[in-house]
Amino acid sequence: MNILTLLVVIPALTILGLIFTKGYKQARVLSAIGMGLQFVATLYLVYMYFQARGAGNTDAFLFDQNLVWYKSLNIHYHVAIDGIGVLMILLTSVVTFAGVFASWEVKDLTKEFFIFLIMLAMGVFGFFIAQDLFTMFVFYEIAVIPMYVLIGIWGTGPKEYSAMKLTLMLMGGSALLLVALLGIYFNSETATGLHTFDMQELSKMHFPFAFQKFFFPFAFVGFGVLGALFPFHTWSPDGHASAPTAVSMLHAGVLMKLGSYGAFRVAMYLMPEGAVYFANFFLVLTGFSVIYGAFVAVRKTDLKFINAYSSVSHVGLILFALMMFTKTAFTGAILQMISHGLMTAMFFGLIGMIYGRTHTREIYKMGGLMKILPVISATYVIAGLASLGLPGLSGFVAEMNIFVGAWENPNLLNRVFSVIAISAIVVTAVYILRVVGVLLMGPLKNPEHANLPKVKWFERVVIILLMGSIVGMGTMPLWITDTIRDSLIPIMEKFVH
Amino acid sequence: MIQGIGVTDFFIISTLMFFIGVYGFITRKNLITILIAIELILNAVAINFVIINKYLYPEGLHGQIFSIFIIAVAAAEVAIAIAIVIDFYRTNKSVNVDESEMMKY
Amino acid sequence: MDWSYTIWIPLLPLIGFLIIGFVGRKLPYPIPGLIGITGIFGALVLSYITAYKYFFVVNADMTFEPIKAVETLWMTFSDKLHFNMGVLLDPISVMMLVVVTTVSFLVHLYSLGYMKGDPGFGRFFTFLSLFTFSMLGLVIATNLFQIYFFWELVGVSSYLLIGFYYEKPSAILASKKAFIVTRFADFFFLIGILVISYYTETFDFLTLNGMSESALASAGSTSFMGMSVLALGLTLAFVGGAGKSAMFPLHIWLPDAMEGPTPVSALIHAATMVVAGVFLVARLFPMYYHVDGGIVLSIIAFVGASSSLIAAIIATTQMDIKRVLAFSTMSQIGYMMLSLGVSGYDGHHGLGYTASMFHLFTHAFFKSLLFLAAGSIIHAVHSNYMTKMGGLRKHLPITHITFLLASLAISGIYPFAGFFSKDAILDAAHMHSPIYFWIGWFVAGLTAFYMFRLYFRIFWYEDREYHHTPHESPLTMTVPLMILALLSVVSGFIFFYILPFGTYITPTGEEFHMHIDWTLAGLSLAIAVVGIFIAWFMYFKKNNKAEKVANSFGMLYKWAYNKFYIDEIYMFVTKKIMFGVVSAGWMWFDTKIVDGSMNLIGNTTVKTSYAIKKLQSGKMQDYVLAVVVGAVALGAIFIYIWTR
Repeated sequence: MNILTLLVVIPALTILGLIFTKGYKQARVLSAIGMGLQFVATLYLVYMYFQARGAGNTDAFLFDQNLVWYKSLNIHYHVAIDGIGVLMILLTSVVTFAGVFASWEVKDLTKEFFIFLIMLAMGVFGFFIAQDLFTMFVFYEIAVIPMYVLIGIWGTGPKEYSAMKLTLMLMGGSALLLVALLGIYFNSETATGLHTFDMQELSKMHFPFAFQKFFFPFAFVGFGVLGALFPFHTWSPDGHASAPTAVSMLHAGVLMKLGSYGAFRVAMYLMPEGAVYFANFFLVLTGFSVIYGAFVAVRKTDLKFINAYSSVSHVGLILFALMMFTKTAFTGAILQMISHGLMTAMFFGLIGMIYGRTHTREIYKMGGLMKILPVISATYVIAGLASLGLPGLSGFVAEMNIFVGAWENPNLLNRVFSVIAISAIVVTAVYILRVVGVLLMGPLKNPEHANLPKVKWFERVVIILLMGSIVGMGTMPLWITDTIRDSLIPIMEKFVH
Repeated sequence: MIQGIGVTDFFIISTLMFFIGVYGFITRKNLITILIAIELILNAVAINFVIINKYLYPEGLHGQIFSIFIIAVAAAEVAIAIAIVIDFYRTNKSVNVDESEMMKY
Repeated sequence: MDWSYTIWIPLLPLIGFLIIGFVGRKLPYPIPGLIGITGIFGALVLSYITAYKYFFVVNADMTFEPIKAVETLWMTFSDKLHFNMGVLLDPISVMMLVVVTTVSFLVHLYSLGYMKGDPGFGRFFTFLSLFTFSMLGLVIATNLFQIYFFWELVGVSSYLLIGFYYEKPSAILASKKAFIVTRFADFFFLIGILVISYYTETFDFLTLNGMSESALASAGSTSFMGMSVLALGLTLAFVGGAGKSAMFPLHIWLPDAMEGPTPVSALIHAATMVVAGVFLVARLFPMYYHVDGGIVLSIIAFVGASSSLIAAIIATTQMDIKRVLAFSTMSQIGYMMLSLGVSGYDGHHGLGYTASMFHLFTHAFFKSLLFLAAGSIIHAVHSNYMTKMGGLRKHLPITHITFLLASLAISGIYPFAGFFSKDAILDAAHMHSPIYFWIGWFVAGLTAFYMFRLYFRIFWYEDREYHHTPHESPLTMTVPLMILALLSVVSGFIFFYILPFGTYITPTGEEFHMHIDWTLAGLSLAIAVVGIFIAWFMYFKKNNKAEKVANSFGMLYKWAYNKFYIDEIYMFVTKKIMFGVVSAGWMWFDTKIVDGSMNLIGNTTVKTSYAIKKLQSGKMQDYVLAVVVGAVALGAIFIYIWTR
């Protein structure tokens, strides 16, 4: 079987198996096995990919599989992958595997929880490998819809409100997106006279400028809603705050990347002239959202809200980098997707661990946790440092690529917004250190917290998986940057005029 | 073909019957009355079929057959309707149509 | 010659960091310390070998060519810009290696005694090793980005070590402040790097420094706000250096950083990390000199001079001995900056550069000695305030002597180390402009005054009763003191007469002869003696002269005591304006306007649906009525259309 299809089949089989499990123990073990297999399959994919590249295969996309799905409309199940996709799959696999362990102690409706969680993951995997816009859209919806159930049932706080808001806003984005996809479809021409959804074929066509000008905003904003594009980001804080730990991890870690990835691979790749036409407009929006998210995070007191706004800032940086149209900035954008995915998953995982013990997320109700939960606290500090761009951790690699790339665009407006975006590193330091200072340092504030249970083995798994990836990416970035740069070559051709 | 009575006169009768039926259907609150109003409407239609057949297409029998069909349907309909009304009465202790809005939400 | 072993100089402390961090933290005393010391000792030995080989074997002909010992690609930015990691050996980096490893080793040794019994013993050595690794990585950096990489790492190590006593609220605040202020400066540094690298298309120090004046002029031909872009980039880079080196007005973090354990203050906030800014300017000195005719250097000189003056004035009023030393550090670094700023390029004109490096070298020894001695005092008395001290010479004999020697050294008394380096700086300043000389001269007097104020107040003044009789510190603490005292006494002498700095470390690599201009030296000696005499007069015996003098200065004293209210201004801007107004305003905007408009759309939909729900009465008759009315209306319309 094609290795990429395997990445969709394993979660599907796991879901099927979960239906027949009894009790929470069976369910979680089966999920861990399934996602473990997925993780192994991903590592094998990475190995295969580099072997193929090492053997001199220079095709843009590898492991191609193209099956006719619905003939009269020319819809195909078409999967293939390039270096960027491999990295995104790797990210998804790590986060999903960690997510299963982070939800090890979900006790009510465990089976159903894991079914929806893995369905979400399946959608994400499918999205990253799809080469057919229709297939891609189907997987996109598979990934988004389970969120409603997961937040609505297993969430905390005003979960119905959050679930509704999140789903409705994302559906709004999907609607815009669908308009764009159909627009592309009906304006495509192939040799056989049929329209096509196939991205590889579409990328060879040149759409008229008027068409791009009209449809680019639809596609970009449609994906942008999921990528927390200002001012459509407000689902994210509420959604994350109410979502259970693993869902927050998966959602902020990989699902939001679907937005930025799609904005890049579909909107900008297929409609480069439209992208250039709207560049300044979106540059202002995204550049502003970088500093804006950081400043709002400074004032928030709920851990998840702080992290959600920090995500708005960091994810804003991805879209910001995309608006620079330089290879380095694009590399940085992809790196930031991966880096932010790992960091934010780590953060939400840790917040879940802390919340599971103290049953509060208000930072001022806690304090001095460093002494009681040394492992979790130390990891929180390291994750925080990664988030503010400490060298040797993943954030630095991504941010520096973005900043250097941003500076390569010599327009004055780009320069001005680059400076604004870079200034966010200072504000980031402020809110990260504020949390560390209030939450972890200082004397123990709440005496009830003196006997919190120590870190458990499955929590260690989460920490090791994610922290290992963050440090690995931060200390050995060369192979990642080179993989991305190689895969960017065909994309860059679109932007050279 | 009835001497001295034109097709228009029959139409006037059937139209009157039809609108009396409609009026009754809309204004009455009692389900039984509504049922009677529906009978009026159906019969108005049946008259129309017969008359049009007789006056305009005397060589065919389609209209006659249709009116017999309508009578049969009306009979079946009344049977079902009465059953519904009785059931409705059992649950609501009334045959007032105003009280049948629980499916609204 | 094979230099590739030099990579182990930073790697050994890194390995120490990893071992202690992962497995060694919970080990019993003193194992984590010993692991750390082993790592730094290895680095020390390698550094000394490197220094010997570099200065006396390879470059015996006195050319001092820079050597790229190791260089490897770490990350690709673009086709032109690569992020390399490597080891650059040239006179200043080799000198820095010696300084950093020596002081770090002695501080490690000292901490073994000082931190004994602290529950965070292992953690302390973890962070200390991390710092040493980062600092060594910084001084051997081959390019701008590598220096930025380690620049951030030293910042974080400093943050972790200042906040070492993490249960103390003041330590948390101080660590946060230190990190954020330096981070703010680093923001400028980063933009500076981006600007410089964009226009010169390289990060590499050797390429940057090797560019001729005309090449620089053409690379930076774009001008921005009256400066060429390269001058602007270098100014921004200097802002980063000023932040790390606690130059006015970015110095506010340094006094607070004294919340950290004293060995940390000695290592990071006196001898090594805070001179990183000076090192950065020295590293890019040829470029600074050649861009726009050295316009940036005049900014540096001004900032250095004003910082050194302000810090010296504040130092005379402080009561916390570590804060006095912190301001003294700031003042001395101001000297170094001033010296770089007034320096010329070739021959004897390069004296300022040489003097700056010389002062950095000697200052590292006597200032870390002062801090370690202060640590020993604090260890004995359990207080930072000089009002709680007095007459300690009887209780702490070794500390007393070493402290005295260090004070003499920093005051610039012949033949102690500080005399030679400070005299060279004043000489260089005088060559450039008399104003800077007189400022430096005045600061020299202030320095002597506040140092001996400290000395007399701690060790003489009064014989007082202590709760616990102070005891001299254990050998692990006093041996480093003695070694540093020896260095403070002789390092100036040796490196002026026997191995003169001017031979080894100059901007161009050509040697020149340093000599003492006795007119200037006499002036500075005279004011130092006057300063010491005033201190003796005021603090030798218990009296109230100090209060009288303070009162006679009135407002000025109050201002200086409150550090000219610079902290308050910063707090107002950040707390009140940035986070009170901007941040809160944006949060309001976010919840009320952005999110509000989303909720508005949702609510409007819901309300509309409630409004039109009424049509759905559930009454069959209503629907039929609607159907009939509709049918009739439609019929009427159709008939009207057909019959028209």
